[in-house]
Amino acid sequence: MKVKYFAWVRERVGKAEETIEPPATVRTVAELIAWLSSQSEAYAYAFEKPKVIRAAIDHAHVKSDAAIAGAREIAFFPPMTGG
Amino acid sequence: MAASVTCPVTIRIQEADFDIARETALLTKSRTDIGAVVSFSGICRADEDSANIAALTLEHYPGMAEEEIKRHVDEAVSRWPLNGVTVIHRVGRFMPGENIVLVLTASQHRQAAFQAAEFLMDYLKTNAPFWKKEESEAGTGWVEAQARDDEAAARWTKP
Repeated sequence: MKVKYFAWVRERVGKAEETIEPPATVRTVAELIAWLSSQSEAYAYAFEKPKVIRAAIDHAHVKSDAAIAGAREIAFFPPMTGG
Repeated sequence: MAASVTCPVTIRIQEADFDIARETALLTKSRTDIGAVVSFSGICRADEDSANIAALTLEHYPGMAEEEIKRHVDEAVSRWPLNGVTVIHRVGRFMPGENIVLVLTASQHRQAAFQAAEFLMDYLKTNAPFWKKEESEAGTGWVEAQARDDEAAARWTKP
């Protein structure tokens, strides 16, 4: 699946997007955050406060317990500050 | 009934500036059923928590930003009898005094236009995937989300 990062999450991860293949045991957004955090210090830094992180699956906001099965694109970003 | 009212919707995300008079004219052109147009424009401020802002950079999530704005415009159209909606959000780097966002709502009467414009702005601030980074004398950093913006959006869901 494709993963995108925005704002300071993007800066901390060090890339805007990538394609990942998490193990089948990773089923939810929260589990994906935990799995990514275990992959490198950059991810651990980006996701150090997982409750602050917002997520979207296929362009729609989701909560951290949302299932990632079938997702084409998952995005992680900080709370929004547009307008 | 509101269902038969024509409500053209324009949603644009762009780097270029917008012209409020031109957008308003486009919304009301050839229409005699519109009695009120409310216009909100958000402008880059020079002062944020007493720090002098030199510039503001707006980042967005292409694709989702348009879809998220559309979802809220659809909700506004279902809640109020609107005759037209325009939302333009700029991205890029802005100096104080420059336009950032425009919301136009047209209706037969002012109440619906006022309320829909406020509703759209409240949701735009908290739910549309845009992020501001500010440059000031104190340095460069991402703008933090404000609890008061969440509260402003939440009041539209209260019973």
